[in-house]
Amino acid sequence: MKEKKINKEEVRYIAHLARLELSKEEEEKFSRQLREILAYVDKLKEVDTRSVAPTSHVFTLKNIFRKDERKDSLPVEEVLRNAPQQRRTQFQVPRVIE
Amino acid sequence: MNYEVSIGLEVHVELLTKSKLFCGCSTRFGASPNSQTCPVCLGLPGVLPVINKKAVEYTLSTALALNCKASNFSRFARKNYYYPDLPKNYQISQYEEPLARQGYLEFELEGKLRKVEIERVHLEEDAGKLIHGEATENIEEKDMSFVDYNRTGIPLMEIVTFPVISSPEEAYQYLVNLKKIPKYLKVSDCNMEEGSLRCDANISLAPKGEKRGTKAELKNMNSFKEIREGLTSEIKRQSHLLDKGKRIIQETRLWDNKKKKTYPMRSKEWAHDYRYFPEPDLLPLEIEEKWIEELKAKLPELPQTRCQRFIREYSLPPYDAGVLTDSKELADYFEECLKSFPQPKQVSNWIMGEFLRLLKEENITVEEVKVSPTQLGKLLKYLKKGTISGKLAKVIFEEMFKTGRKAKEIIKLQGLKQITNEKSLRKVIDEVLEQTPQAVSDFKKGKGKALGYLVGEVMKKTKGKANPGLVNKLLKEKLSIL
Repeated sequence: MKEKKINKEEVRYIAHLARLELSKEEEEKFSRQLREILAYVDKLKEVDTRSVAPTSHVFTLKNIFRKDERKDSLPVEEVLRNAPQQRRTQFQVPRVIE
Repeated sequence: MNYEVSIGLEVHVELLTKSKLFCGCSTRFGASPNSQTCPVCLGLPGVLPVINKKAVEYTLSTALALNCKASNFSRFARKNYYYPDLPKNYQISQYEEPLARQGYLEFELEGKLRKVEIERVHLEEDAGKLIHGEATENIEEKDMSFVDYNRTGIPLMEIVTFPVISSPEEAYQYLVNLKKIPKYLKVSDCNMEEGSLRCDANISLAPKGEKRGTKAELKNMNSFKEIREGLTSEIKRQSHLLDKGKRIIQETRLWDNKKKKTYPMRSKEWAHDYRYFPEPDLLPLEIEEKWIEELKAKLPELPQTRCQRFIREYSLPPYDAGVLTDSKELADYFEECLKSFPQPKQVSNWIMGEFLRLLKEENITVEEVKVSPTQLGKLLKYLKKGTISGKLAKVIFEEMFKTGRKAKEIIKLQGLKQITNEKSLRKVIDEVLEQTPQAVSDFKKGKGKALGYLVGEVMKKTKGKANPGLVNKLLKEKLSIL
């Protein structure tokens, strides 16, 4: 695998994807920290994992299902209780349209 | 210049489960905004999704009907993006391990059998519904949007083709035929108006023999017709650019149904960086062969196979067979009707004619029709025996259709039995001839039309109950001796 260096450009891009606003100092700080973290994680590459399947879960459980049955939903006042703005039992947000 | 067109289609189908994919909220359409939501589908912190088994079964069954191979191992993944219709800021979808892969759909296109290869079928959760302020009457709302999360978390099956479709018409026919499958399996009602079937397309052009060109993605088409139009307009746009030696930019374009053309989507928020990763809150699926075999055994006869069988077994014209097998309910109705009246072509004519006409007129589904197939069969028996005329049979059928009453009852109640009694018909004929001397003399002068007029008069007098063949015969007899 190619060594990945984190530069400020990438930190800005990731911050944008996560809708975070970073100051110049923070960009600097996070670039450095992320680089350190990646370098640390890179140590794992020293282990030979050729015979190990990629693992996404540590449990051995699988096929956990529920039946197709209805349960009560929340009362709509409860649903909207945390909404900063609402109208006609809908969440109101800034205009998003193409 | 002529280019080779490559179209791929991505179809989203909402499944008809009672509850959502990961929680027990109802999936009913048309409920008041946000009344069918809970902490799980609203993405509140600390909740855990649990997979609805039925949704997995519906997806697998559809995939099997589409000749796909079900995966032994399947997993859900998080697709991350920010949009107000997505409360968790990620959609639980599938990425590298869809439920099924590698299938195909066969259908007829301009008299030839076409096979469109399907890349994958996967399961994901639907997003919420956004209503834009511009759509409401209130002017102060024009800078607002409103979110209803009732749709959030409804199971959504995605069916993706390889880019192997080569014309807008082929895309259209693929969709028409694809849509029948979930409906036959009763896993979706595939209702585009209610958004339970949606389709995006990607399309690229390349000079013949060369490798595939840069593709554009098309969105915002709200009917199969719009998809065909959108693709046609996109072919024009791209070939125009290529003709001038320009490049195609990879982008998402939206269909404007008023202007009948596509335009580029402005926002870059859809940068395709979804940072997929395995959904940690859901455990993987291991799909056993036994389960697949069970689902396979439960599949009904599929539209294409049934259509072929109708042609073979009932000697129906392909057109008839196509119409009758368009929905499972209609095909079932037809075959049930044959049990009481085993004359396929006649039954087919009635179903394709009167039956479908009234169905459309009353705007109901086959399941809502009040006339049982057996009753239609009985009506056709009366017609065959000559108890009623063809014209009357239509009147009676309409009455049956509207009231649900039996053919026999209507005939008896309204005295609609056909008059086949020669004596009483002769009496009517005498009356008619007496009242229309002009027509009689016209006939004598060799005007054949006059006979038709006279038959019509007799039918009128008997309120359509006379047997037309008999009237004809008796009239001719009478006229020849006048």
